[in-house]
Amino acid sequence: MINAAIHQIINSSQEYGWVMEPQAKEIFRLAGLPVPQFIVVKDITECGPAAKTLGYPLAAKVVSPEIIHKTEHQGVVVNIGDLAGLKDVFIDLSGLPGFQGVLLEKMSSGVELILGAKNDPQFGPVVLLGIGGIGVEIYKDTAIRMAPVATEDVDRMISELKGRKLLEGYRGAPAVNRTSLIETVRNFSLLSMELATHFESIDINPLFCAKDGCFVADARIILRQA
Amino acid sequence: MNFDIFFRPRTMAVIGVSTSNDLHPANVVYSKNLLRYPVKIFPVNPKGGTLLNQTIYRSISEIDEEVELAIIAVRADLVPETVRECVAAGVKGAIVISGGFAEAGHQDLQDKMVLAAGGGNIPIIGPNCLGVFTPAHVDTFFLPSERTVQPGTGNVAIVSQSGGILVDLLVKFADEGIGLSSAVSIGNKAMVRELALLDHFINDPLTRVIVFYIEGFGENEGREFVLAAKDCPKPIVVLKSGKTAGGSRAVSSHTASLAGDYAVFQSVLKQHGVYVAANEFELTSYCEALSCYNQPAGKRIGIVSGSGGHGALAVDACYAYGLSAEEFDPPLQTALRKVLSENIKGIASVANPIDLTGSALEHDFEVTVETLSKSDQIDCILLLMLPYLPGITSDLGAKISMIYRRQGKPLIAYVPHVEKYRMLIEGFELNKVPVSSSIEGAVMMAKALTGNKND
Repeated sequence: MINAAIHQIINSSQEYGWVMEPQAKEIFRLAGLPVPQFIVVKDITECGPAAKTLGYPLAAKVVSPEIIHKTEHQGVVVNIGDLAGLKDVFIDLSGLPGFQGVLLEKMSSGVELILGAKNDPQFGPVVLLGIGGIGVEIYKDTAIRMAPVATEDVDRMISELKGRKLLEGYRGAPAVNRTSLIETVRNFSLLSMELATHFESIDINPLFCAKDGCFVADARIILRQA
Repeated sequence: MNFDIFFRPRTMAVIGVSTSNDLHPANVVYSKNLLRYPVKIFPVNPKGGTLLNQTIYRSISEIDEEVELAIIAVRADLVPETVRECVAAGVKGAIVISGGFAEAGHQDLQDKMVLAAGGGNIPIIGPNCLGVFTPAHVDTFFLPSERTVQPGTGNVAIVSQSGGILVDLLVKFADEGIGLSSAVSIGNKAMVRELALLDHFINDPLTRVIVFYIEGFGENEGREFVLAAKDCPKPIVVLKSGKTAGGSRAVSSHTASLAGDYAVFQSVLKQHGVYVAANEFELTSYCEALSCYNQPAGKRIGIVSGSGGHGALAVDACYAYGLSAEEFDPPLQTALRKVLSENIKGIASVANPIDLTGSALEHDFEVTVETLSKSDQIDCILLLMLPYLPGITSDLGAKISMIYRRQGKPLIAYVPHVEKYRMLIEGFELNKVPVSSSIEGAVMMAKALTGNKND
């Protein structure tokens, strides 16, 4: 039985064919995934109070049903350090097609991972965990499992990654919180099962993982064509 | 599901035999089963007449005995009606060899065929397939026997979506000395599909290893398959085509099947404990090893050879496949050296790999394998045979196999596969010791025994 609140969000996104970042993050939050606090501002005057709540440095991302790949449309600005800079960013982003607002959140840090799900025609929901960042498509360092996954499955997925050393503490960096990562992947796989009849693919890219836990930094759900 | 009527039928009708064409698929099936298999067989054609001095029945309903299995090789558009007649005559199952269904764009005709079978009351294999081959029982392949190569009776079952790949695998099985319990080509798999056959072979006492050649599963069928495979007590080995975008296109045009993304396929099957063979070479190696041994062995390999080069190549291959070949401890090395002949005691290396040198005698191989068999430092022995060495004879295979039978330490041999060394090879294989035709193949066999399918 799908959570009613999640169902509501999926329904309201159906007309676009995909779920935008604020709504996708709300779904993830309802599913128990670690989503950092964010605020969507629709007017430039809201920037100051939002920044005060969140704290600098900030990341700003355009919210638009017409922009699936935000980076390619210059729809993402990171490391904003003050209000003047934030207002400039707001003005730039508000000129993008389909503009509905700007999502603001505090910058996350850690190892960049990708956590995704695909609704495979032969196997149903499968989850993918990989080393993220700009090289994600080049190195293709990923592990795939059919959902839902158990703790042992996720443990093996992590071990399968060539980049696992980055997670275990490489060159003096602290190891990431493995328990939090495993919980995140497990809950994500359960969500993919719940959404099985609704989605085509889900991307959490990046998922930041650090010593104190994992954070969903960007999120997108592509819905199944009805 | 029990499909014994397909694999061990007592009575069988072949529908669509020709009175003028000996090479008609139905005629080939009829004559080979009439002449060489114990199944009682009846030819059927509405025109009647005789075939090989046997009366042709005008309809399956005219046969006055109970017919268990019907082989249908009539034109595609006549198949649904023929199936209806078979159902009315009380057959227990049918194999439709004829093509011209979904693979040729005629899904409607295929649906009519399924409907005629009562939507599942009577199982049908095919259409567009070769059907079944059970050594010494039945053979519905429409390939003249003198043209085919057939493996002997054994414990490996093969289920293949493609008939061509199946026939080719049988050639390779025969070549490698791997025995078959049954083989089946399922073609368009309109009714009988992988999952039902997995269920059958899990319960078939004559099958120990189950092989699938898969082009693609239907919607969500892969999930059902892996969930069943996960609980299967027998090893399952899968070979899949459509690994690349190019390969996927070829598949689509071949059996009108949806081919999935190989990375997903491979990961999900391994997740559920299925052996995924990258190619036919891995497939035959896994099958031969798994057909001989049903207890998993560990990763620590002890290597015995009469050549340093063979040993070194084997060590490299072991590590490439995630196995280990570590140096033996000093007491074991001392014990090994102590039992060797005087003439090689000073020149042999006994650290792992063991190089007994070209001067080794038959006795040296025997005592070395015997000593290693008793050691708990290794889990499996890789014996790389050089049959041309002057000190050994063709009896060595059988002699060394007996050490395995006594001690129980898994043993895998490499012997070049040429006719000249056949007796040596059979000395191993007839005693259930797998023999590979290459060093790498022998290492793949050792890998299969670890049962470690997840890496």
